[in-house]
Amino acid sequence: MASSYSAKEEDGQRAGAPGPAGNANSGKKPDNTAFKQQRLPAWQPILTAGTVLPAFFIIGLIFIPIGIGLFVTSNNIKEFEIDYTGTDSWSPCYNCAQNYSWNSSTPCRCTLPFTLEQPFESNVFMYYGLSNFYQNHRRYVKSRDDSQLNGDLSSLKYPSKECEPYRLNENKPIAPCGAIANSMFNDTLELYYIDPNGTQTLIPLMKKGIAWWTDKHVKFRNPGGSNANLTAVFQVSTKPVNWRNPVYELDSDPENNGFINEDFIVWMRTAALPTFRKLYRIIQKKNNMTPTLPRGNYTLEVVYNYPVNSFEGRKRMILSTISWMGGKNPFLGIAYITVGSVCFFLGVVLLFIHHKYGNRNNSSDIPN
Amino acid sequence: MSFFGLDCVKKKEKETERKIRANDREYNHSFRYATNAIKTSKYNLLTFLPLNLFEQFQRIANAYFLCLLVLQVIPAISSLSWFTTVVPLTLVLTVTAVKDAIDDINRHRSDRKVNNRKAQVLIDGELRSERWMNVQVGDIIRLENNQFVTADLLLLSSSEPLNLVYIETAELDGETNLKVKQALTVTGEMGGSVESLAAFKGEVCCEAPNNRLDRFMGTLVWKEQKYPLDNQSVLLRGCTLRNTDWCFGLVLFAGPETKLMQNCGKSSFKRTSIDRLMNILVLFIFGFLVLMCIILAVGHGIWENYEGSKAMGFVPRTEDVGPAFSAFLTFWSYIIILNTVVPISLYVSMEVIRLGNSYYINWDRLMYYGRSDTPAEARTTTLNEELGQIRYVFSDKTGTLTQNIMTFNKCSINGKTYGDVYDHYTDQRLEITEDMIPVDFSFNSLADPKFQFYDSSLLEAVKLEMVEVQSFFRLLALCHTVMPEEKNKDLVYQAQSPDEGALVTAARNFGFVFRSRTPESLTIVEMGVQRTFDLLAILDFNNVRKRMSVIVRSPEGRLSLYCKGADTIIYQRLHHSCSKLMEETTEHLNEFAGEGLRTLVLAYKDLDEAYFSEWQQRHLEANTALEEREEKLNLLYEEIERDLLLIGATAIEDKLQDGVSQTIEQLAKADIKIWVLTGDKQETAENIGYACNLLREEMSDVFIVAAHSPETVRQELRDARAKMRPGSGEDAFFIPESILGNDPKVVQDESVNGDYGLVISGHSLAFALEGSMELELLRTACMCKTVICCRVTPLQKAQVVELVKRYKKAVTLAIGDGANDVSMIKAAHIGVGISGQEGMQAVLSSDFSFAQFRFLQRLLLVHGRWSYLRMCKFLRYFFYKNFTFTFVHFWYAFFCGFSAQTVYDEGFIALYNLVYTSLPVLGMALFDQDVNDGWSLQYPQLYVPGQLSRYFSKTAFMKCALHSCYSSLVLFFIPYFTVYDSMRSDGKQLADYQSFAVLTQTCLTVAVCVQLSLDLSYWTAVNHLFVWGSLGMYFIVTFTMQSDGLYQLHPKSFQFVGTGRNSMDQFSVWLTVLLTAVLCVLPVLVHRFIFIQLNPTINDTVRFKVRRKKDQRPAPQRRAKIRRSSTRRSGYAFSHAQGYGDLVTSKRFLRRPAITRATAFNPTGRSPAFKPTGRSAGYSPSNKAQNSKQEAEPTELQRYRAVHDSTL
Repeated sequence: MASSYSAKEEDGQRAGAPGPAGNANSGKKPDNTAFKQQRLPAWQPILTAGTVLPAFFIIGLIFIPIGIGLFVTSNNIKEFEIDYTGTDSWSPCYNCAQNYSWNSSTPCRCTLPFTLEQPFESNVFMYYGLSNFYQNHRRYVKSRDDSQLNGDLSSLKYPSKECEPYRLNENKPIAPCGAIANSMFNDTLELYYIDPNGTQTLIPLMKKGIAWWTDKHVKFRNPGGSNANLTAVFQVSTKPVNWRNPVYELDSDPENNGFINEDFIVWMRTAALPTFRKLYRIIQKKNNMTPTLPRGNYTLEVVYNYPVNSFEGRKRMILSTISWMGGKNPFLGIAYITVGSVCFFLGVVLLFIHHKYGNRNNSSDIPN
Repeated sequence: MSFFGLDCVKKKEKETERKIRANDREYNHSFRYATNAIKTSKYNLLTFLPLNLFEQFQRIANAYFLCLLVLQVIPAISSLSWFTTVVPLTLVLTVTAVKDAIDDINRHRSDRKVNNRKAQVLIDGELRSERWMNVQVGDIIRLENNQFVTADLLLLSSSEPLNLVYIETAELDGETNLKVKQALTVTGEMGGSVESLAAFKGEVCCEAPNNRLDRFMGTLVWKEQKYPLDNQSVLLRGCTLRNTDWCFGLVLFAGPETKLMQNCGKSSFKRTSIDRLMNILVLFIFGFLVLMCIILAVGHGIWENYEGSKAMGFVPRTEDVGPAFSAFLTFWSYIIILNTVVPISLYVSMEVIRLGNSYYINWDRLMYYGRSDTPAEARTTTLNEELGQIRYVFSDKTGTLTQNIMTFNKCSINGKTYGDVYDHYTDQRLEITEDMIPVDFSFNSLADPKFQFYDSSLLEAVKLEMVEVQSFFRLLALCHTVMPEEKNKDLVYQAQSPDEGALVTAARNFGFVFRSRTPESLTIVEMGVQRTFDLLAILDFNNVRKRMSVIVRSPEGRLSLYCKGADTIIYQRLHHSCSKLMEETTEHLNEFAGEGLRTLVLAYKDLDEAYFSEWQQRHLEANTALEEREEKLNLLYEEIERDLLLIGATAIEDKLQDGVSQTIEQLAKADIKIWVLTGDKQETAENIGYACNLLREEMSDVFIVAAHSPETVRQELRDARAKMRPGSGEDAFFIPESILGNDPKVVQDESVNGDYGLVISGHSLAFALEGSMELELLRTACMCKTVICCRVTPLQKAQVVELVKRYKKAVTLAIGDGANDVSMIKAAHIGVGISGQEGMQAVLSSDFSFAQFRFLQRLLLVHGRWSYLRMCKFLRYFFYKNFTFTFVHFWYAFFCGFSAQTVYDEGFIALYNLVYTSLPVLGMALFDQDVNDGWSLQYPQLYVPGQLSRYFSKTAFMKCALHSCYSSLVLFFIPYFTVYDSMRSDGKQLADYQSFAVLTQTCLTVAVCVQLSLDLSYWTAVNHLFVWGSLGMYFIVTFTMQSDGLYQLHPKSFQFVGTGRNSMDQFSVWLTVLLTAVLCVLPVLVHRFIFIQLNPTINDTVRFKVRRKKDQRPAPQRRAKIRRSSTRRSGYAFSHAQGYGDLVTSKRFLRRPAITRATAFNPTGRSPAFKPTGRSAGYSPSNKAQNSKQEAEPTELQRYRAVHDSTL
């Protein structure tokens, strides 16, 4: 933008009215300050061809490379997705999907084979994805008690009203209360690599480090401090209706049990959109020699607990690598390239308009 | 804005008549009259909170937010925490309450001060000092000099002869001149005797309390005698006793029932057109809000029906609620969420902006008038932006356009003109400027030092004792009705008309000093020699005669008649011997008239002793005649004023105020039409019209409508229109009625070729303002460039303003200085009072006031334009930012099952309007200027867009809404697609609700900030601070609210812990912010640039021009004196009031020589209300403060009454 600073100027009082109007009787004369006289020095940008046109070209020149960079990065990310909802009869999980129930005691297992066409070189992140699951529904989102999750003992005994109708079960407070916790994703996913020679190897999945540090250490805390006996602490409460195990049996590792169980924390961080992915496990790169997930055949072993058929939802398992800008998402790259090109194009059009018509007003005089 | 309309105070039965018995508290007490304690305060400690809150919730905006709050408390509906409404509402209520409290404390303080003033009350036969608040109706109080009048009193007696008292009514009506009140003789006889006053048992029966200051009716019954009482013997609270040692009065009305307090009612509430537009828009927005909510509620119903039932597994749901009821609840939930389309801070911000812009007016040094030490004042702080939309200016003449100062400028004596200054060498006439050396009158110790004359040849002529010159000045010194006064050895003249004062002062400086007068004689000091002339008769001025004469006998015994008057009249009465001189003088008169000077012709004649004594005899008879006295006198005057000998002519300048014609020219360029509404005569008004460039010689035509019957007036108006637009019939000139149908019709502007002027007289105006003809008048008048209405009454002034207001969709401004302008000032959209000339009444009822007419151009072209521009920019941006903010929720609804989930953090919703975006836009609305004041004045055309409401209208509003719609789409969908199925760079979830909220709100904050930066054309340091500060504030507050510490404190309120930290370290977040900001602004930039290139507005052009010039301020305008050549002439050196010749000759005024003010004259029997304080009483040859004048309306009326009485 063109700019110039208008200097503070002298008081423009006309000398046209001389006479007794000296300083003697100027009692009410307003102060001569730049503020009061509205003469504060100011930068006064105006839209001229000299400022707008270069701006368009510069935006174009900056955006297009960024866009290309983003697009290439996104394309280099390897991603594999498999839907295991089991709605179709040929699907291995069809049977499990049909006999769904939140509380069925016998776990239903299904196995899905798949092939990775390309090796996944760096750390691989394993997600579960749900669709048509309105985790952002208002009544759902507010159905939690953060005090309880933060380890507040009184909230453990008397959960917030927000948790209704998952607040009390048989007159015992539910811990963790609320609809979010109640509907926690409870499928178990396991990944096996099938060697070219046919042997299955279980791929080690890391279940820690999938939640935000702040969530794990600040937002969620077990009641009674870090070293308390969780079983005893949670004795006053009961498990959520849909859960198989109480909250203190989520994991054997005390660092990952109770409210600070990372799967739980991840679930409790509700999604913004009805289709979402949540980080499930991390497959860590072993060494530089071998890819984390080599090319080849794999099977996904699912302990099918989580019913989605009722709301026509889908369940997916996603394997993905990560870049500096996150997961695979070509949108930003394309958007940047588009906007950059549009800017460049508009710059040209405006330049043309300016040359054809612009000089007309610049030279024209102001009519009286 | 009160819609409760409750009146808590139960009015006691309406009083119709008041009965008071003096010195009888018990009797008076039975009527429960108000005591003298006043209470202007509204609250006390206990009632403050409830009352103030009650009052505040009467404002629709506040009540609306209260309703929202109630909705939010209902759990089934509440979609937002209560604090999102409570925080802003509390803030607004607190600020207002604090302001009200401070105001009320001040009122308490002043009440206490007033109530505790001491008064001397006669109780039980002795005078006791009592507080004012304890004074009761029926008490007798004693007032002393310079004391305030305690309550409305019936004057009983005074220390002065004739039971007179002198009062100043400055507090009541702002006029500083003294007024006379007189007690009844019966009560006056009691004098100062406490015993007799204590024994006074008079009973007063009078009207009930009312607010009419000029009227009082009642009777006093005492000793079985009835005496009528009128305003003459009533002292009103608020006056001050002056020049009177003491007086006694009986309290008639006390405290809140006094006329002063009854007059305190607030004048009509004015609103700006933006306000009215806003009301429509707010209604529209409400409709729109409801529509959006209905759409979403229906969506919710459908969703519940199909999806919701299936989603039961995870979404908690109460069984008994069907989709329909659920949709109903959702409707209200969305009302709460989307309420930000009408934010509470809008109203508060508008008030702040108007207040700020009002302060700029108060602070403007260029609208400060040093001579009277008056800065401009914005008395109403709610009308600023209206100043930028004025299309019609209605101006008073005297005191507004003119200074009401007459200066003796030129004269023609015996065929020779004086007054012009010629260059010694080139013999060219020089322009008289301030730095020229005036003639030195030091030889004359009695000369008025303020009088200035530049042509020394006249003084030489006097010193050479040229006979004609001497008789010229002798005439001026003798033939007048001026009252001399010696004040601190200074000779001061009290003249009825400033013209006369100017002439007598001229004579005084040229060595013919009028010293003193008695009813029978005039004493003048003629070149140092004192001479006393016998004053034998004054042939007074009136409107028909247009001349006045005196008959005097010189000390030598010569009998002469001196006459001065309008040229046409005098010329008919001249002796045929002076025909040659007549021709020369006529030439001079034309010359004078051409310069816009007011002329008078002087003539004299010597009288024959015998003839005169016979004439005098007949004069005496006629004077005492009971029938047809006026006619008889007129005949006698005609007879003696004959065969006069011409001496010469005077030329007086009715000085225009500084810069009037420049201002008018500027305003005309800004397409503002100026109508002059004056009480003056047609000739005077026309003359001033020419002098200040309103009427011009080169105008195509100036129509003069001065008919005396409705038909002829109609015909004249039609003829004028036919001439301006030949062939225009009675075509449709109404803009088609609006959809609402009940709007008043609007008369379209009609364009004409050429400039026309219209002068219409009061008589014709009276006909033209009647219902059937007002459109004729309006159409004709609006086709003319200039309209001058003369001889209009204050009521007509208001009617004219109302007429234009009614049929033209235009903003009007009335400017005036006198009490007679009050009605028009109140009627117009904006009233401007000129202070410091004629009392304070006009100023007191005005919205803006300043000391000089020329400040009007600055008020309108600079302050008005800026205020309007700022307000419009503010509104456009404000709507934009709030709509954008709100619409995002609308889009989100489609992705959250229409569940009334918000996109943003609740803290952000609560603070968005208050903290993150309020200051930058306020900064814009307080500091923005497209071009500086100098250029604003240089190009008055910049004002035109305001008149056409270009900057903010329904269309502009729709554009804002569309722009917001676009921006909200960008702001929702860019983040949506960015996070959709995407991950953070550490592999964790990116699309969680809280991160998405933080991302969207960051995008929004940055985008509206960038948009503001694009709108802001004047970046002061404060703006930088506000813009960057607010942006910084957003991040600081966000991080603070999401900090660990606050979460530990109250986990439920700060659920967003850590979100900011975790999402803002992502590249993709920042890339999204950048992308949305660019995308939001891009279309605006393109649109603006294309318009600047293809169809630049005047603002763009001027700004571009300014940019190209290196200096930012235009060269100060050259104030060229506009010379005009005209053959017009007028001879009105008299005011149009009846002269006060008989007062001069009556002996009463000499009774109290101590009272030297002209205003102290005891009203004579001839007209009870006649005081020589008419419009032109105060005369001063320079800029010294004028005597304040009385309201023109009453004098007019009283004059009528006086004539009426005398004929009875």
